[in-house]
Amino acid sequence: MKYLVCISKVPDTTAKISFKNEDKEFNSDGVTFIMNPTDEWYALVRALELKEASGGQVTVINVGPKDNEKFLRSAIAIGADDAVLIEANEETESYYIAKNIAKYAQENGYNFVITGKETISFNSFSLGGMIAEFMDLPFINQATQWMLNGEVSTIYKEIEGGEEVLEVTGNCVISAQKGMAEQRLANMKGIMMAKTKPLAIIPIALGEEKVQVSQYQVTPPRGNCKMFTLDQIDELVQALQSEAKVI
Amino acid sequence: MNTSTDYFLVDEMLTEEQRLIRRSVRDFVDRDIIPIIDSYAQKHEYIPDLMPKLGALGALGPYIPEEYGGAGLDQISYGIIMQELERGDSAVRSAASVQSSLVMYPIFTYGTEEQKRKYLPKLASGEMIGCFGLTEPNHGSNPAGMETKIIEKSDHFVLNGAKMWITNSPLADIAVVWAKDEQGQVRGLIVERGMNGFSTPTTHNKWSLRASATGELVFQDVAVPKENLFPDIRGLKGPLSCLNSARYGISWGVIGAAIHCYEVALKYASERNQFGKPLGGFQLQQKKLAEAITEITKAQLLSWRLGVLKNENRATPAQISMAKRNNVEIAINIARELRQMLGGMGIMGEFPMMRHAANLESVITYEGTHDIHLLITGMDVTGINAFG
Ligand SMILES: Cc1cc2nc3c(=O)[nH]c(=O)nc-3n(C[C@H](O)[C@H](O)[C@H](O)COP(=O)(O)OP(=O)(O)OC[C@H]3O[C@@H](n4cnc5c(N)ncnc54)[C@H](O)[C@@H]3O)c2cc1C
Repeated sequence: MKYLVCISKVPDTTAKISFKNEDKEFNSDGVTFIMNPTDEWYALVRALELKEASGGQVTVINVGPKDNEKFLRSAIAIGADDAVLIEANEETESYYIAKNIAKYAQENGYNFVITGKETISFNSFSLGGMIAEFMDLPFINQATQWMLNGEVSTIYKEIEGGEEVLEVTGNCVISAQKGMAEQRLANMKGIMMAKTKPLAIIPIALGEEKVQVSQYQVTPPRGNCKMFTLDQIDELVQALQSEAKVI
Repeated sequence: MNTSTDYFLVDEMLTEEQRLIRRSVRDFVDRDIIPIIDSYAQKHEYIPDLMPKLGALGALGPYIPEEYGGAGLDQISYGIIMQELERGDSAVRSAASVQSSLVMYPIFTYGTEEQKRKYLPKLASGEMIGCFGLTEPNHGSNPAGMETKIIEKSDHFVLNGAKMWITNSPLADIAVVWAKDEQGQVRGLIVERGMNGFSTPTTHNKWSLRASATGELVFQDVAVPKENLFPDIRGLKGPLSCLNSARYGISWGVIGAAIHCYEVALKYASERNQFGKPLGGFQLQQKKLAEAITEITKAQLLSWRLGVLKNENRATPAQISMAKRNNVEIAINIARELRQMLGGMGIMGEFPMMRHAANLESVITYEGTHDIHLLITGMDVTGINAFG
């Protein structure tokens, strides 16, 4: 089986988030980026486990600038066999990324395309569904478990108040979430071997960006809390009227 | 607000692999050490399964070549691993230091091919634990005075004596032991657990390195097969070369402890308010933080440069002494000063300063005390021996 795992980069979870260029662009000054945790911990590790159990190849892919190579190298150090970087501008939107990944997956005969359920930065949940559409494959969203028996995948999903168990025959696209696998650390030998495994950089092939961000807005911080005791009802009403201006 | 602990961008001097190594070891420490370390330190127990975990990560003998189970890393990578491990706890770094520099290094450097094949791969995976016996009850700073002896018989040596303060001795499967032969020359040999007359009593009631097992090595007419002797190395340069490798790692390691204290104090200073403003807004507290990051930065540059020299085989023992001495001192001072910054909270186990400060009391003592390293620098610059 051939597994193609989509890897994106996201700001480190402790990064201070701000925007520039009239709030149209994320301000990456001084921000450290990491591999998107749901891609790394769940999608990649589960693909590696399935490959280790029954053979195959795990390729990691990213659409982005050349510098993203280092995230792909990290994924190789964790155990991926090879990597592909489709070189593109920094903030490319999902449609365009999905089109290019789908094309690559189709041309190179991958059986499964796996993404994390979302990036922890833009949280758009959109990539997997689009890839599946472009490849004309079923899409299983937010899977918590994935077993593979021959051609048949058994996939668990959480649903409101319970779980759904699906069987999919043949190729499909899966987005993975917590439960699917456990974080795996790159060990020293993996890191040293990462240099020797193939990482192909190919030019972007398809399409123009169709969605432009017109503005980002940061949620205003919550104001200070003012406490009133039971015998201060009058003061409370007055504050709601004159300070908070909500009644 | 600049919360970086890499003030002079030392990172940019690292290779991509070295940065990956740091991240991986840091993730390991955040996931597997920091959440549990206080409880083991409080209970005065070593962390079970620590060695196999360090082995799986590749942190045991990382610079040993791959054919013997290591990862074939360079010296800066080794230093980075030590730094990140000690950010968790000096006990964890000590375990990795001893296994790597004091057990695997001498077996790799002085051992026979059979010894290397027999021990190194299992030591690298953590399946086997090793310890290093140099210090004795009556001879600490002056190991040349050692009393432990070997006497040659037809196919074995008879070993008698005792070693004290030995990291991991209660857990060890093997001990690299330094003893004098009948000609009074220091020799090294590998003693295995289970050999008759060999025991490893535990040292209890430490206030420092409480999550590390420390003990003695006692030898009463232990018959050690001749094939367990390092064949060619004679004299103190054997154990001292091991100490050089370990001390180099310590110079990096303690920066990790200092960084951890600094990270916690900086965060605390921005969150805790007194007199209507954050602690970080008071000059006296800023002085502590500013001095801490300055000393951390200087220490990083010292160790990084020492790593470059070590990779080129040019680092002198005197340079290593200077780095060990300086970096341990700044780390222990940072831990103590920044502990104060947390007020009462600073004495609690939820915060790392008290634990790091107490651990560093061992680190400033072992591998050559603070004073002894000063004498080494003193002798290097004056040419006069002031030890005796
Ligand atoms: C937790 C822990 C783990 C250890 N692990 C190991 C291990 O794994 N293997 C091992 O072999 N050893 C180990 N040691 C031993 C350690 O290396 C020794 O404790 C250290 O070398 C100091 O020896 P000592 O304790 O006998 O002190 P001493 O040598 O008695 O020194 C006492 C004091 O006198 C000072 N002093 C000594 N000589 C001079 C001098 N000439 N001039 C001025 N001042 C001097 C010293 O600086 C020190 O302050 C460990 C120690 C500790 C605490």
